[in-house]
Amino acid sequence: MKGHRNSVTRMALAPYSVWALLFILVPLVFVAYYAFTDNNMHFTLDNITKFFTAKSTVTGDNGETLQVRTYMVIFWRSVKLAVISTIVCLLMGYPIAYIIARARPKVQKTIITLIMIPMWMNFLIRTYAWMTILQDTGLLNNLLANLHLGRMHIIGTESAVVIGMVYDYLPYMILPIYSIMAKLDTRLLEAAHDLGCNNISTLRRVVFPLSLPGVVSGVTMVLIPSISTFYISQKLGNGKFFLIGDAIEGQYVANNLHFAAAIAFILMVILLIAMALMKRYTDSRVAGGV
Amino acid sequence: MDKNKKIIELKNISKSYDGVTVLDNIQLHIYDNEFLTLLGPSGCGKTTTLRMIGGFETPDTGDVLFLGERINDLPAHKRNVNTVFQRYALFPHLNVFDNVAFPLKEKKVPREEIEEKVTEMLKLVKLTGFEKRNVTNLSGGQQQRVAIARALVSRPQVLLLDEPLGALDLKLRKDMQQELKSIQKATGITFIFVTHDQEEALSMSDTIVVMSDGRIQQIGTPTDIYNEPKNAFVADFIGESNIVDGIMREDFKVTFSGHTFECVDKGFAKNEPVDVVVRPEDVDIVPLEKGMLQGLITSVTFMGVHYEIIVDINGFKWMIQTTDFAAEGEKVGIFIEPDAIHIMKKSEYSGMFGDYSSYSMEMDELSVVESEDEE
Repeated sequence: MKGHRNSVTRMALAPYSVWALLFILVPLVFVAYYAFTDNNMHFTLDNITKFFTAKSTVTGDNGETLQVRTYMVIFWRSVKLAVISTIVCLLMGYPIAYIIARARPKVQKTIITLIMIPMWMNFLIRTYAWMTILQDTGLLNNLLANLHLGRMHIIGTESAVVIGMVYDYLPYMILPIYSIMAKLDTRLLEAAHDLGCNNISTLRRVVFPLSLPGVVSGVTMVLIPSISTFYISQKLGNGKFFLIGDAIEGQYVANNLHFAAAIAFILMVILLIAMALMKRYTDSRVAGGV
Repeated sequence: MDKNKKIIELKNISKSYDGVTVLDNIQLHIYDNEFLTLLGPSGCGKTTTLRMIGGFETPDTGDVLFLGERINDLPAHKRNVNTVFQRYALFPHLNVFDNVAFPLKEKKVPREEIEEKVTEMLKLVKLTGFEKRNVTNLSGGQQQRVAIARALVSRPQVLLLDEPLGALDLKLRKDMQQELKSIQKATGITFIFVTHDQEEALSMSDTIVVMSDGRIQQIGTPTDIYNEPKNAFVADFIGESNIVDGIMREDFKVTFSGHTFECVDKGFAKNEPVDVVVRPEDVDIVPLEKGMLQGLITSVTFMGVHYEIIVDINGFKWMIQTTDFAAEGEKVGIFIEPDAIHIMKKSEYSGMFGDYSSYSMEMDELSVVESEDEE
């Protein structure tokens, strides 16, 4: 009986297994295969070592010429901007999620829809929209000027790139946190008040620990795409902040498929390790709970 | 119970939601060290009353006084009152020890003292050795005990219990009733207990407050409430009752079911229509010719200790509980002692209760299950 049931289950799952194989596993194998081969499809570690060792000359702040490890600089810049964006998303998204979850059901639906609507538009178009907003003569600066607050130079700075990333990825922070918070038992909040907690300590001692799983998936869903993002930096950073995603895109466009695959592969491994560490940390924090 | 010290007073409390009145002019005082039960069916306002004392609801009109001071607007966390919630509301991210220690940590109690108090509390609720256990893996009864320990650890002056035994099975329920009673005696804390289970209320309370439709119907000791119900609602809700229409001829004389009985009540107007309550255990079945009333037995149910017999008397079905067997279809006489007859003034509940023509045990049990998921 059991064997029969298993084979039925397997058959029912077959289309999904095939789908997963074709569209998830096979591409990954190709990426790995390309990363470790040269143009003649011979095994090589050159692509990997190139990522860690390739150097280029830049002009320093005082006009002196410096030798830097090209891709390491790009990588750390990507990490820095992604971490900043994730933190900003968390600081903005958490209270928003909390407020939505406490609103009346009808209001909740409306706000969630409003948050989702921009996601229906292509992110290139959204990024272009931010260009017009942030330009030196753009919407924001015109508004500031009309209010006599003085103009700000934003476009082409790291701030502009962070704004673009936060805008694009904020929903991915809000939604998982909101879905956990909406399920939070309000009696637990009443119990906390009953046992002497004011609003702030209720938030700190009950709401936050119980919402950690949502925070973890929110952070993962923002950090990972923002580390590997491209295009935002090109458009909002005026190309000055070349990120790891841009590097991969650039190498593909330049037909260096093997090196592009190597960068993608290294990034993937690093992200996997980071995620595993994060999961371990949070598992120990929310042990047994929820 | 200290009758000289009113710990909580509710004065003229009314509350409505969306135009529906939930509480209608509630007047109640609760003494220090009292075990008081708010008893009533679903939607009678008992939980709302409790939440008002806990600080989770504010009255539309009227005042909540704590030791004489008005606390209407004092938030829950500043009240020296703790609650055992209906489904316990334990914190799933904390173990047993940390759940119980929760209120102490909020008060920044030193670590050694926390340890000492939590250990003492866990001993009181018989959960010693469970400190490190995960609360989500405990049984219902154990979770219940954690909730009680957590609510008592900071020594509140009043403990509110919102149907705390509702989710436990019968055996555990009986044990916990005894234990709660002894915890209340041991700690000397005032307990305000909400339940829809009349047996629970009778066996545990110093004082019972019977509520219905947002109003208090009667306040009294369990024996008062049982023996001297104020109206048809109370008589029907507490225990089993035959409630028939009667006419008070004069003091100590009442007519019902076509016969004039001697009784022990007085102070009614001449020929005043009244409700007459006779408890099933106070009715005797006698040979037909010796009966004050005659009736036909329509059903007999064996209950273990006694038989439950339904007798049709002039179209009104009486319930009689007796240890003597009588057969279905038999014509019998009915005998009622004067002190078994209790006379009540007519009320809005007159005629709504006390007839056993649609009676069946299954119906009764079903309605209990339904009302457990209320509020």
